[in-house]
Amino acid sequence: MTGVSGNLYWSEISRASLETLAMLGGSLALTILFGLPLGILLFLTSPGQPWASRAASGLLGFAVNLLRAVPFIILLIVMIPLTVLLVGTSLGVLGAIPPLVVGAAPFFARLVETALREVDRSTVQAVQAMGATTRELVLLALLPEALPGIVAGITITAITLVSFTAMAGVVGAGGLGDLAIRFGYQRFQTDVMIVTVVLLLLLVQCLQMMGDRLVRYFSHR
Amino acid sequence: MHRVYKHFGPDQPALAGVDLAVTHGEIFGIIGRSGAGKSTLVRLLNGLERADSGTVIVDGVDMADVSGSALRTLRRRVQMIFQNFGLLSSRTVAQNVALPLRIAGADLAGIDGRVADLLHRVGLIDYAGKYPSQLSGGQKQRVGIARALATAPDILLCDEATSALDPETTASILALIADLNRELGLTIIVITHEMDVVRQLCDRVAVLHNGRVVESGLVSDIFFTPAAQETRALLTDAGADGAMGIAFPGRVVHLALEGEALAEPVLTRIARATGVDFTILASRIGHFRAGSVGQFTLGLSGGDQDAALAALADQGRVRE
Ligand SMILES: Nc1ncnc2c1ncn2[C@@H]1O[C@H](COP(=O)(O)OP(=O)(O)O)[C@@H](O)[C@H]1O
Ligand SMILES: [Mg+2]
Repeated sequence: MTGVSGNLYWSEISRASLETLAMLGGSLALTILFGLPLGILLFLTSPGQPWASRAASGLLGFAVNLLRAVPFIILLIVMIPLTVLLVGTSLGVLGAIPPLVVGAAPFFARLVETALREVDRSTVQAVQAMGATTRELVLLALLPEALPGIVAGITITAITLVSFTAMAGVVGAGGLGDLAIRFGYQRFQTDVMIVTVVLLLLLVQCLQMMGDRLVRYFSHR
Repeated sequence: MHRVYKHFGPDQPALAGVDLAVTHGEIFGIIGRSGAGKSTLVRLLNGLERADSGTVIVDGVDMADVSGSALRTLRRRVQMIFQNFGLLSSRTVAQNVALPLRIAGADLAGIDGRVADLLHRVGLIDYAGKYPSQLSGGQKQRVGIARALATAPDILLCDEATSALDPETTASILALIADLNRELGLTIIVITHEMDVVRQLCDRVAVLHNGRVVESGLVSDIFFTPAAQETRALLTDAGADGAMGIAFPGRVVHLALEGEALAEPVLTRIARATGVDFTILASRIGHFRAGSVGQFTLGLSGGDQDAALAALADQGRVRE
């Protein structure tokens, strides 16, 4: 086996790495964009909170649970028509982003909800007792207080997205996962498989380290 | 507050027909065991909870009628401090104190000066840039107090404000609260489960038990002549009822002396006049906000005991 020393492989590997990074970056940004408000809503509509509503909280909770119950590989397939509708293709980096976001946003929303729930109750009451509106409560108290928890949630979500991008590779998204399948699995080039796994591991390590650092930076407890 | 009920579930109500009137400018205590409904009661006063029935009037405003921005405006006049302080860990001391001002929409230019004044007031000006996690419990509560004062409220609610603090720190926080009452004319409502806090700080007190006010009145009256079983139990916990449980074969009376009577040889004078011998079974000088009260538990033997009792009743308060 010629293995990874061939130029072809290195250029393939660097292209695949960039694709993975692009998928990760794009889907993480959109996951935060949709997941954060969803998590705030999940929290605010739960019992005892300012917008407590059995109907709203039940509905949101059900939708989130439904999306989280569907295995990601199934989501990738059933999302194809919708993905084509949204971004014009179900292939490549662009085609991978909608299912990645739909798969990760509900997960991230739950992490946000949990982080908000951890905010000290008397702190919330104190801010309400100052005469804060719900908007002020969220922006001035809940989000800043929950920031370390939310950043930790972003880290976990980013790492989950890394493994999701590898799965998306199977249905033609490209990236390191795709490479591992095509060369490592289908052509028995174990060295390519090993290199991709090592690169994915490096990526996960980096994300975790950065996340931990940020959490420490934001935490004043 | 009139005939106020509050339920959280189908079983035992948290408040069951509470009647209370707090006078402007006084320090009013609400004491009771954990679960008595104290926090629920005090949260009715700033609209964090709503009564199921009955009326709650705060500073002339019926709490059933206010909501939205009227409620938020009222809350600026009724501030609150908490057992576990409720400070924002993500904000510095100065930013914590500034928060109610920002929420009230205060002029940004004036906020820094106001915050500095408030931190001076509570003795924490050197800690402005620190985070709450870098402060001791007593310092955190001082920040809580500075923050509560930021919007110049008329009423301060203290929910177990000293319960997480050691005795020395508690004393300094209570002294600060008393100062605020004197200097700013703040009406203060103090929630506590500790008789000592009531004794040192309050003018009047209500005893809450299972959501009902079982007794209320002047603090020194409640200490000396507790009518309700629950009050006596709270006093016994605090070692403040003067009954130390020494067995005495004869008649036993409780005597409370205040003011000048404390400085005079009351007992020996009455003993000579009536021929009664007094045995001191327990004694205690209590320092109340209104002044000091000496409490004695006396055993009587020989002589004209009825005459002695009448003479004692002339000097102070007597309970058998
Ligand atoms: N939000 C709530 N939901 C359900 N029950 C509550 C709630 N708040 C208080 N209670 C109940 O009401 C009673 C009085 O509570 P509380 O006012 O906190 O008492 P205290 O402050 O005197 O300890 C307790 O039995 C408590 O369990
Ligand atoms: Mg309480």
